[in-house]
Amino acid sequence: MPEKPRLERQAMCDRLAMEFQDGWIVNLGVGMPTLCSNYVDPNKSLVYHSENGVIGYGPLAAPGAVDRHLVNAGGQHVTAVPGMAVVHHADSFALIRKGMLDVTVMGAYEVAENGDFANWRIPNRKGGGIGGAMDLAACAQRVFIALEHTTRDGKPRLLKRCALPITAPGVVKLVVTDLGLFEVTPQGFTLLEHAPGWTPEEIQELTAARLRIAGDLREFRFRD
Amino acid sequence: MKNKIYRTFDEAVADIPDGAVFMSPGFGGVGLPRNILAAVHRQGARNLTGISNNAGAAGTDVKVDVGTLVAAGQVKKMICAFTAPTHPSQVSSFVRLYNEDKIDAELLPQGTLAERIRAAAAGIGAFYTPASVGTELAEGKEHREINGRMYVLEYPLHADYAFIRAWKADTFGNLQFRLAQRNFNPIMAMAARITIVEVENDIVAAGELDPDQVHVPGVYVDRLVRIPPAPDGIWD
Repeated sequence: MPEKPRLERQAMCDRLAMEFQDGWIVNLGVGMPTLCSNYVDPNKSLVYHSENGVIGYGPLAAPGAVDRHLVNAGGQHVTAVPGMAVVHHADSFALIRKGMLDVTVMGAYEVAENGDFANWRIPNRKGGGIGGAMDLAACAQRVFIALEHTTRDGKPRLLKRCALPITAPGVVKLVVTDLGLFEVTPQGFTLLEHAPGWTPEEIQELTAARLRIAGDLREFRFRD
Repeated sequence: MKNKIYRTFDEAVADIPDGAVFMSPGFGGVGLPRNILAAVHRQGARNLTGISNNAGAAGTDVKVDVGTLVAAGQVKKMICAFTAPTHPSQVSSFVRLYNEDKIDAELLPQGTLAERIRAAAAGIGAFYTPASVGTELAEGKEHREINGRMYVLEYPLHADYAFIRAWKADTFGNLQFRLAQRNFNPIMAMAARITIVEVENDIVAAGELDPDQVHVPGVYVDRLVRIPPAPDGIWD
């Protein structure tokens, strides 16, 4: 049986970005989460914060219009927007720890139904890449996670408990995968929206924790 | 006024002894003291301990960074926020040595790394942070509940030398940074015992920088070198 189409990464990130509210201060993790900034809602004004102390950066710089001193957390050259400010690294994380960020969006290897997630160390490898993830996860007002629903060899990434060393305990609020949108509640994962063509039963089949199904379950929305 | 201006990077790093602890800033390749690191590589000091956001990308396609010293076997330990590459394909010199147990490392959350440096700069004995609570990194560290929230105790990170990359400087050592170049530069410049700075613009006379626009006061700065034009100087 051919595999049914799943959501593209941009669509996944669009769906999370729809949840951002006007005026929010937003930190996007390196990799897939940066795609959230491609979703532009003219009715919402967001402030993008980067770990290196840039508060209020704009879209990626066009080739030829690069300012060599201005990069985001992924080292990508970005543009300045009016109102941008710069602080040093300790002040940037002071802002994070104070709880100023309304949301941080991160990638992950695993998310658990108790709100734990793991994104800094993979099995059978010494060391890890933490970066700012532990500070962000422990202190942002909301943690959103974007990840593929299964590993390359088809194993679930939504679990009862994380097998990998966690980044922070009990912090994840909302998860988007290429199959669904999930809220993390005290009772575990609730499936809120599903990818076109996928049934809750098929999604449950690929999930290692029991899913509760929202009463108003619907297909993915991509516009408010 | 003491002369802080050195003619060459080699003279500015000549006294760094084996076993020294250094701090090296930079984030996303910006604000990275590449010229000083290249000079330390030529100078050859060994058994160094490095404090830096990452352990360098040397060994991949990157020019001089902390990894240049790592690759040359000059570093015995790194204190940083990444001990594995962000992408498995990026196998740096550090990763190779670390996997073979030929270099030591202490892994920290980035905000804890920054605050430990700031604590050294600020004369703070220790501080409590919520970052890493409930994770493997907090194991063995002192915990304390304050107002219903759990924190871990972290101590300052001191260094013998800070290697700094600045946008502008005056002869007294007052420094300015531009945009994301700032990152770890100010806190490292203020935390170390001896602060060596590479400067992107001509060093101006004391009094020419607006005192209200100084990011690091010159009292923290010991040595200044103007980066020469390429190819002698390393620009990003």
